[in-house]
Amino acid sequence: MTTENIARTPDTAPVVEAPERRNAVLDYAANYWRKVAGGDMGALPAVGGLIVLCTFFAIARPSFLTPINIANLLQQSAPMIAIGMGLVFVLLLGEIDLSAGFTSGVCAAVLAILLTNEGWPWYAGVGIAIVVGVAIGLLLGFLVAKVRIPSFVVTLAAFLAFQGVVLKLLKEGTNISIRDSQSVIISIENGYLSPLLGWAFAALVVAVFAAVELVKVYKRRSRGLPHAPFAVVALKIVGLAALLAVFVTILNEERSRNPLLFGSNKGMPIVVVIIAVLLVLWTLILRRTPFGRHIYAVGGNVEAARRAGIRVDRIRISAFVICSSMAAIGGIIAASQARSVDPNTGGSNVLLYAVGAAVIGGTSLFGGRGRVVDPVLGGTVVAVIVNGLGLMGQQSWVKYVFTGSVLLLAAGVDALLRKRTN
Amino acid sequence: MTPGDTAAPPLLELRGINKSFGPVHVLRDVDFTVRAGEVTALVGDNGAGKSTLVKCIGGIYSTDNGETHIDGQKVNIHGPRDAAHNGIEIVYQDLALCDNLDIVQNMFLGREKRSGLILDEPAMEELAAKTLAGLSVRTVKSVRQLVSSLSGGQRQTVAIAKAVLWNSRLVILDEPTAALGVAQTAQVLELVRRLADNGLAVVLISHNMNDVFAVSDRIAALYLGRMAAQVRATDVTHAQVVELITAGRSGSLGLQPEEAL
Ligand SMILES: Nc1ncnc2c1ncn2[C@@H]1O[C@H](COP(=O)(O)OP(=O)(O)OP(=O)(O)O)[C@@H](O)[C@H]1O
Ligand SMILES: [Mg+2]
Repeated sequence: MTTENIARTPDTAPVVEAPERRNAVLDYAANYWRKVAGGDMGALPAVGGLIVLCTFFAIARPSFLTPINIANLLQQSAPMIAIGMGLVFVLLLGEIDLSAGFTSGVCAAVLAILLTNEGWPWYAGVGIAIVVGVAIGLLLGFLVAKVRIPSFVVTLAAFLAFQGVVLKLLKEGTNISIRDSQSVIISIENGYLSPLLGWAFAALVVAVFAAVELVKVYKRRSRGLPHAPFAVVALKIVGLAALLAVFVTILNEERSRNPLLFGSNKGMPIVVVIIAVLLVLWTLILRRTPFGRHIYAVGGNVEAARRAGIRVDRIRISAFVICSSMAAIGGIIAASQARSVDPNTGGSNVLLYAVGAAVIGGTSLFGGRGRVVDPVLGGTVVAVIVNGLGLMGQQSWVKYVFTGSVLLLAAGVDALLRKRTN
Repeated sequence: MTPGDTAAPPLLELRGINKSFGPVHVLRDVDFTVRAGEVTALVGDNGAGKSTLVKCIGGIYSTDNGETHIDGQKVNIHGPRDAAHNGIEIVYQDLALCDNLDIVQNMFLGREKRSGLILDEPAMEELAAKTLAGLSVRTVKSVRQLVSSLSGGQRQTVAIAKAVLWNSRLVILDEPTAALGVAQTAQVLELVRRLADNGLAVVLISHNMNDVFAVSDRIAALYLGRMAAQVRATDVTHAQVVELITAGRSGSLGLQPEEAL
């Protein structure tokens, strides 16, 4: 498998004109700007919105930027972000999973029953909860890909049915509190890294990021391919390091009013590490493996994917499996957060917020465009709005209307971008 | 191998292919032969079944009956992967590119190069750039451009580059010049000729008789889903081919009246 057919031809003019020897950094910036102007805005809208919102709330309510509130925010948004990450895979195909919220509820209920009622160890409970998620994903994926029922209908039916399953599991509405002998599940949302471990984690993240970026530049350079200038790479690494330093410093501050009386409360919430690991793992799979590439291809043009020999049905089923198992993880986190499971776990707004998080972050509802980081950014936006308006003493209706407007804005941007590229 | 060397078995030989979409009988007992080192033009009116025939060869459609032989061996092609394994590459009429992927990603779609489990992007980018350079494509800014940002002609070129990237033995181009300007059309035709001269078998579908006569060694005319005639380009005139396309026969050539019903 080589370019032999062509290599035998005499003409080998370069495709990309040799860049004039200008300032490489300026070139890079110009290129980036061209991409943004061309509609590929990436994380810009979500990050911009986040900065505006945070500035606004910080001015309106100084308590917004306190360490305890920031830690709270991260903990509150974690289940939504986990579910949103899974949803990205389904949304990338142009499909939807309306049942992801109650899937997380079912899995959380299974976890609670196994841990509290049956006394299973935490890892077994977690394992079974995820297996249930996988099974649900297989069922949904099969109905969509093989039976060819539209995903909207399949998952709407599942949305209703799983609501009933949760009720059945919880015996018509009892509340099961989470108890495992080592409190591992509880500490997902309520445990913290020691300050030192927090720094070590941040250092590890920066080191891995730097290694990946530098290897990339090195590999491209050795093949004579265009690459980002070193100055830009260095700036990215330093930028990430600075951001994480601020982040860790804030989270390592004492949040307890009286550490002696109430016990100390400081350090990075463990759930932040879990979300970070999931983010890296799924990003790697989506952006750096053939499987991930095929997800984008199926979302972009099914027929082209099929003609390229991609097994479209398998891709569809896997996307639903990933979505439902991430919902299971979201359910586990939610159970940890509430320290219990009730019929409302995964209900009410959970799914809508998770879809909203992905869309606000830049994932397209039309399929083909989106990244795993989107629900992280978008979920933070949603959490900031809910939290900030709450601090301002706004009534619930304001939160809903405002969040809805932001979602509409994001979906509008999505639709406009699509119109422009067509 | 010189054109017309009939000693070796043809690279591709279809025998008695039938294909229906429900009640619509689109291909009827089609025989079709393609030889290595030759350009075979496949002509026929709109709706004659050219694209359908190509999709049957490529494994996109399954045939109702009929046989496919490659190098004289009977083969079963059940999908695009089987076709690729047999060295068949097709540029479809509707191009079939993913707008949301860039040029490199499209060219390697379904056959990504990797190191370990991870995509080997630099290797793919290098090969893609080389291939495009071989096609003398100078108009794309970067091989990392999204396909959605390309013009019709550029997309056409990417689709062709995708087909010749692989070490293929048979390249089929379904109206590759339909969207192209004068200069690019000439370039594609030149490429078609060059591929055949390099020993590949090439099938060119075109409605333009000048193009057909400019590059092809053989001409196969489909008429309402039947193979009206498959002749050497030097044995027929423009007018005869046009008659084969529009009426299914031309003098003693083509379908006889009772057949053409
Ligand atoms: N998927 C399908 N389902 C039903 N009928 C089809 C399908 N694909 C093609 N046909 C019919 O088969 C016939 C042949 O179509 P085909 O696309 O092969 O023609 P063609 O020779 O490529 O024409 P053109 O020159 O316009 O590209 C047409 O009558 C068309 O309506
Ligand atoms: Mg056609």
